[in-house]
Amino acid sequence: MLFNSLKSVLLTLYLFSKSIFLTLFLFSVNAIAHAETTLVAVASDFTKPMTEIAAEFEKATGHSAKLSFGSSGKAYTQIQSGAPFEVYLSASEKYPLELEKSGHVVANSRFVYAIGKLVLWSAKPGYVDDQGQVLTKGGFQHLALADPSHAPYGVVAEEVMAHLGVLEKLRPLFVQGENISQTFQFVSTSNAELGFVGLAQVIDIASGKIGSGSGWIIPDTLHSPFRQTAVLLKTGAENPAALALVNFLKSPTALAIIEKYGFGLPK
Amino acid sequence: MTQTITARFFLDYGEFKFDVDLRLPGSGISVLFGPSGSGKTTLLRCIAGLQRAPQGLLKINGEVWQDSERGVFVPTHKRPLGYVFQEASLFPHLTVTENLQFGLKRINKPSSAADLHQIIELLGIGHLLKRMPDRLSGGERQRVAIARALALNPEVLLMDEPLAALDFQRKQEILPFLNRLHQELNIPVLYVTHSQQEVAQLADTLVIMADGRALASGPLAETLSRLDVPLAHDREAATVWPVTVIEHEADYHLTRVAFAGGTLSLPAIDAAVGTPLRVQVYARDASIALELPSATSILNVLPATVTGLTDGHGGQSVVRLKVGNQALLAHITRKSTVLLGLRVGMGVYVQIKGTSILN
Amino acid sequence: MLTSADIATLWLTCKVAGLATVLMLILGTPLAWWLARTTSRWKGVCNALVALPLVLPPTVLGFYLLILMGPSGPIGQLTTQLGLGTLPFTFGGLVVASVLYSLPFVVQPLQAAFAAIGDRPLEAAATLRAGPLDTFFTVVVPLARPGFMTATILGFAHTVGEFGVVLMVGGNIPDKTRVVSVQIYNHVEALEYDQAHWLAGGLLAFSFSVLLLMYSALKAHPVAHQLK
Repeated sequence: MLFNSLKSVLLTLYLFSKSIFLTLFLFSVNAIAHAETTLVAVASDFTKPMTEIAAEFEKATGHSAKLSFGSSGKAYTQIQSGAPFEVYLSASEKYPLELEKSGHVVANSRFVYAIGKLVLWSAKPGYVDDQGQVLTKGGFQHLALADPSHAPYGVVAEEVMAHLGVLEKLRPLFVQGENISQTFQFVSTSNAELGFVGLAQVIDIASGKIGSGSGWIIPDTLHSPFRQTAVLLKTGAENPAALALVNFLKSPTALAIIEKYGFGLPK
Repeated sequence: MTQTITARFFLDYGEFKFDVDLRLPGSGISVLFGPSGSGKTTLLRCIAGLQRAPQGLLKINGEVWQDSERGVFVPTHKRPLGYVFQEASLFPHLTVTENLQFGLKRINKPSSAADLHQIIELLGIGHLLKRMPDRLSGGERQRVAIARALALNPEVLLMDEPLAALDFQRKQEILPFLNRLHQELNIPVLYVTHSQQEVAQLADTLVIMADGRALASGPLAETLSRLDVPLAHDREAATVWPVTVIEHEADYHLTRVAFAGGTLSLPAIDAAVGTPLRVQVYARDASIALELPSATSILNVLPATVTGLTDGHGGQSVVRLKVGNQALLAHITRKSTVLLGLRVGMGVYVQIKGTSILN
Repeated sequence: MLTSADIATLWLTCKVAGLATVLMLILGTPLAWWLARTTSRWKGVCNALVALPLVLPPTVLGFYLLILMGPSGPIGQLTTQLGLGTLPFTFGGLVVASVLYSLPFVVQPLQAAFAAIGDRPLEAAATLRAGPLDTFFTVVVPLARPGFMTATILGFAHTVGEFGVVLMVGGNIPDKTRVVSVQIYNHVEALEYDQAHWLAGGLLAFSFSVLLLMYSALKAHPVAHQLK
């Protein structure tokens, strides 16, 4: 009991220190005065790889990227309302297509930068089997997923459950995170016994396996392709840093980082 | 007098120490008099239990309200007292009637409606009963506050400068009511004031406070004339005599009154024979002669004995006299004292140039 | 127009805000009274703690609540031992979170109203034989009525408008924890702007009328009565 409370306190501290680190990092990015800077909206599931990619990008090009993490839908609304983002890394294909229709996107700049991987995960070791049979067996009270009404991870999670024929049975147990990070919090704090999260959130990058708890990496065949799509926005058309970042995302350095964090590579 | 109030309190505020040990009569008005900061309000609050002195003994008519040595402290709401604050402190959300009944509803003894009616009559607030407090004048509010305290039929009435917040006219409006209270109530009243006028008009017993201590306490005339108290040296120093109307001299527009030890002629007073009154004699209005003056315009010349004598400052002496059984103060020049060769024990005549009737 | 799902969120919101307001008044009244009267050296600490939700981002509070009320958190372990299960994702959890989050909006007006009353009415009541509780209900409560009104309205309105904490602790479950602010957010995120407008406009009108009502009522009764 005591150990568990201690663990939660440590988790809190860890998340705190992480956010402080991130802030310091962003400050240092700002500090390079002579370099061009580009402002990037990043889907929250891509937080970890993009942070590392941005560091490499800076080293390689001298430009810097200011990253704004959040739900893809929120970024979309903000861009529609004139937010000054220059590059948009969405978790889905839908929003970039909409932005193209509304004329916010530089022609032919849309590309898939990563393939999202969905994991059914629990903070408890041994809780989720590697076939996901726990979904049919039941025995849990809360199943966390990102809100399917707007979050891409939620959409594919519903598809997986529909494919397994358990969607309607499980629906009453849904607890919905506003985005995939919040969904992860629901599960990592054990408030929900299990939930659909992104592989990047639970992968141990040293071993390439799920780091803690237990999880089932869901095969791509159980849901529609999870194409995480990026676009160069018209606001960034003239900014060399924005162009450079779009190109850097396709570089071997970036692809290696993307793969390391458990994303599939675009074909 | 068997019924008494014993009040002993000690409070230490560092710079200011409050240290009082008093016995007061269980009837009549005891006035606590002193400048602000002298501790008179503190004394009243300690008696009410609004302030808790760490060391204290308080007995009212035989009942112990506080005894710090035995750990006894009766909370304010369980003490059968009435309290009138400097500001009327009526409850603004209640009508006058509701204010009057606030305490009444909470006491066990069934106070009759007749009692309340009498109190309303006494204070002349019958026409205000349905009003809210913010529709009353300052004087009206204070009268309601006094009625509210009296309605409880308390064993002691505590009044903390009830007139201080009022202007002269309002004071004049309330003083007669207080005088009537004085005559009709048979409970002890502790009355805090820094006004000499109120002392003269209301006090039976006077307690003089300074620097957190009681300098003197005793019957009014006695205490007023004590030479060891600064009051006797004040320019406004005066003594107060209780008198009774004995005769009207209509031709001269004069009234004769009797006091313990003689009679006085006063300007005509509209009061029936037998009416008790208070007469104030300022020390500056009393002069001394060694022999009975044969021809003088002053009507009131009385035999007296010198009982005390001081060298005042600025060439002035304060002489304490006994006229019959009454004490009297006279302010005369030091030179006169020397020329007359005044000594304690000497028989003299005192001429009273002027008097004022207090009620 | 409003869908039945929208109406369900409105009804749920009213239930959460109503219950939370009642609880806040029950908890907040003694707390505000103590804060208004005490000279304890803990007063500053308590004042700061109560005011904390005013400055903290709701997500911080939500996140801590998620941890504290979760199966490994101390509150979660307590509620589990009491047989209540864990609070996140439940109506009860939402009410608890709302109470913590909106408490300063109830405590502060009450505290100000109590402080404005001062000692004198309490002393006057004591000399008129009223004990402390008696005095509180017959003198303090009526005198602090404008404070209670402000506290109730602000507490209710702020709970209705709360979003961040609810999102974190509630889990966005229809009919259970999906309140109107979350529903608006969902509509916006799902690009259902028409639906969002209906609800958001309604909420705006509601909040405005509540505040208007409060301020016009307060014009008639300033913060607290002065003794006459």
